[in-house]
Amino acid sequence: MLLFNQLQTYLFLALVLFVIGLYGVLARRSLIAILISVELILNAASINFMAFNRFLAPNPVVGQVITLFIMAVAAAEAAIALSIIVAVYRKLKSINIEQATELRG
Amino acid sequence: MIALSALITPQIAATASFVLIIALTIFGALIAVGARNIFHNVLGLAVSLFGVAGLFVFLNSPFVALMEILIYVGAICIAICFAIMLSEPLYLPRPPRSKGKIMGAALGAGAIFVFLGLLLKKTTWTPAVHRSTDWSITTIGHYLLSNYALIFELVSLLLLVAMLGAIVTARGGRGKP
Repeated sequence: MLLFNQLQTYLFLALVLFVIGLYGVLARRSLIAILISVELILNAASINFMAFNRFLAPNPVVGQVITLFIMAVAAAEAAIALSIIVAVYRKLKSINIEQATELRG
Repeated sequence: MIALSALITPQIAATASFVLIIALTIFGALIAVGARNIFHNVLGLAVSLFGVAGLFVFLNSPFVALMEILIYVGAICIAICFAIMLSEPLYLPRPPRSKGKIMGAALGAGAIFVFLGLLLKKTTWTPAVHRSTDWSITTIGHYLLSNYALIFELVSLLLLVAMLGAIVTARGGRGKP
């Protein structure tokens, strides 16, 4: 059995990518770095969908359509998040999440 | 020359390029999360996304791989670069990292890694009984305009709303044009 013909390989790779992204979301403090980590997590989800689509699904179109949908939603999310980041920087002169504490009571 | 080409079978070449793509993906992701310079983070993300596109080629979907490069590397990474330029300058001193929070994040992520890894090892997957073998791009196009037309329209509406929202949000705080 070849390495690239096994479902487990792809699932494990997606898991590694997801965990790296999760660590980034938890550990980083710059808003842009957190957004980058979220993109990694979304890519891990896409890899999972494509792997199940390749090895298990009855119709190979479905997984590809879902992956395209994830990409479009990720693009919209990135646009909104980046505009919010720019607005936050203009308001607070910092994009460090530990300094953006305006809402604290 | 002949001996070399006899030695490298297509299987070995494919496996070698697959390992290379995996290494590219994980290395890029590590740079995207670990480097301190935010610009290096974006470059690492781009490298990682190229690796993911290569994985999609291995998963029989060159169309989605092209879309991945076009949308993620071509659009999202460039947008992030613009946001970096419009926000905090890179030369400012950054506050030091706190060791405790880093350790906590590593522990949390590691716990989830172990849990999901054990789950992955335990599960046996059964493929569907009847599997279609039609992988052509034409079929994707037909499905997108017939069965999945709602997704297609929904995506266009979502992108329009996101574009307007991004313009309105980023413009706020400036004076009248």
